[in-house]
Amino acid sequence: MSKILMKGNEAIAEAAIQAGCRYFFGYPITPQNQIPEYMSRRLPQVGGCFLQAESEVAAINMVYGAGGAGARAMTSSSSPGISLKQEGISYIAGAQVPCVIVNMMRGGPGLGSIQPSQSDYYQATRGGGHGDYRCVVLAPSTVQEAVDMMAEGFDIADQYRIPVILCGDGMLGQMMEPVEMGRYTPRKLPEKTWATTGMGSRKTPNIINSLYIDAAILEQKNAELAAIYDEISANETKWESYRMEDADYMVVAYGTTARIAKSAITKIRAEYGIKVGLLRPMTLWPFPSAAIAEAAAKVKAVLTVEMSTGQMVDDVRLAIAGSKPVEFLGRSGGMIPAPREIIDKLVEMAGGKA
Amino acid sequence: MAVVFKKSPVLADVPLHYCPGCTHGIVHRLIAESIEELGVADRAIGIAPVGCAVFAYNYFNCDMQQAAHGRAPAVGTAIKRVHPDSIVFAYQGDGDLASIGAAEIVHAAARDEKITVIFINNAVYGMTHGQMAPTSLPGQVTTTSPYGRDVNHCGYPIRVCEMLCTLEGNQYMERVAVNNVKNVLAAKKAIKKAFQRQVEGKGFSLVEVLSTCPTNWGMSPQEALKWVDEKMIPYYPLGCYKGGDK
Ligand SMILES: Cc1ncc(C[n+]2csc(CCOP(=O)(O)OP(=O)(O)O)c2C)c(N)n1
Ligand code: SF4
Repeated sequence: MSKILMKGNEAIAEAAIQAGCRYFFGYPITPQNQIPEYMSRRLPQVGGCFLQAESEVAAINMVYGAGGAGARAMTSSSSPGISLKQEGISYIAGAQVPCVIVNMMRGGPGLGSIQPSQSDYYQATRGGGHGDYRCVVLAPSTVQEAVDMMAEGFDIADQYRIPVILCGDGMLGQMMEPVEMGRYTPRKLPEKTWATTGMGSRKTPNIINSLYIDAAILEQKNAELAAIYDEISANETKWESYRMEDADYMVVAYGTTARIAKSAITKIRAEYGIKVGLLRPMTLWPFPSAAIAEAAAKVKAVLTVEMSTGQMVDDVRLAIAGSKPVEFLGRSGGMIPAPREIIDKLVEMAGGKA
Repeated sequence: MAVVFKKSPVLADVPLHYCPGCTHGIVHRLIAESIEELGVADRAIGIAPVGCAVFAYNYFNCDMQQAAHGRAPAVGTAIKRVHPDSIVFAYQGDGDLASIGAAEIVHAAARDEKITVIFINNAVYGMTHGQMAPTSLPGQVTTTSPYGRDVNHCGYPIRVCEMLCTLEGNQYMERVAVNNVKNVLAAKKAIKKAFQRQVEGKGFSLVEVLSTCPTNWGMSPQEALKWVDEKMIPYYPLGCYKGGDK
């Protein structure tokens, strides 16, 4: 298929439709509005249903209903709206309903700003709502990758019956890049025999539920979920390793921040001869801890760069377990780190010119 | 021996957990009988609330989803959109529907979603031990209005049917009670009509059922049935508010 120029948000919406998503429920919020707008245009053309919900709370509960009924369903929002969805996401995780949630992160806390941010990392990777659960968290750094991840995200959701969050930032949603649809090869997936479709000729009712009033049974349920999370960690962890072969310093960054880090790396190598590489988590949960630990063993020090005051850096430190110094560089509130800031920080870490 | 009563096969063969004298069980039976008589059990999908009726997902012999507190109309909206031929019903209490879920019920009704909502108004939060509900009567003593509901402090109880019936559309809304045989028969008629309309592809339907909570009202079952007549019905008049026989 040939490449077309698309805005991130619209490409994500189209990729969802091509992945078989036919139900979209959402509520307006900047900077993700092009996703529902695109969906409202396109879904009726393919026999799907776009519904503007009365709130993010309603939207996520509609996703719960549609996903539970066996459909591929999604919602998208940005930080404050994602906060509102958390109770619903917890129910979705507990009842094991597959779905995809897009968060085009903006600056916070509170109403914050509408500029790009990565400050919902904790919320996304720690479950976000109440209870012992995880969401698979995908972190694309280009529009093409967002398109590929949308397709795979629906498959991961269905395969493991888990909510999948695609975490982008305002920049990714607004930028235009050439993309190719349909690069991802769909997985073979089990039938959704558990869905609420009406019993038809089935003898026993299907029940979508997250209530286990007997503590011993809920503990068992939590153990089952934990086993699925272990399986996902073993199978679905993804990262990119960039110029790490000869690196003395490692940058860890994700999403659009990783792109800025790449330009910094090219420049610092050329200008200062300091050998820096990048390890870019593509899944924020499961986190590529083993890959980071292995790569850290071969470098002098690590720099984590984020558009936050320091969230993923905790996971990097946990992965490395004190074996190497881990420095942090962050911009927040919607401010974007410049390559020069990253270069200066690395030069300082390397003790001036190499 | 002649059979005088047979439990509907749409009710699962398990004991209900409701307190003695609670009328939740009667409403379950009326729903089950309506679904059975309309022959739609194989395509019925129910939504259980958060509240005393949370275990409803174990009580109906049809596919069920349990919803977060107040969100059943949103969940039902989506299920119906995914399976337009299914018969979707939400079962909700007054805390669930008229307080935390006030937005969801208003908008599901405003969109005229083709779903059926059975709304249990028992004037308290039953499951959490009888706190004041948006439907608790003026002066009513509850665990969080120990001096009686003071309308100057927390406003008047919400009349859901009256409020929703101002919406445009093809909705059906009726208030019934289940505190005596005559009222139960009328309630059955209304509930069946609410399902019948959905079978016919008509719009949103809601049946508000004045129900008892002897446990939290601190009454015997008999006294509770009487309290419905003496206190609830005067504030919540029975009858059809929208979409009568047309
Ligand atoms: C978000 C949330 N808030 C509060 C609760 C606690 N809670 C459980 S049941 C209930 C009240 C239900 O009352 P009502 O809807 O009137 O139903 P009833 O029990 O009287 O049938 C509340 C507040 C909850 N489960 N979830
Ligand atoms: S607490 Fe009240 S509403 Fe709940 S089961 Fe008991 S009597 Fe019924």
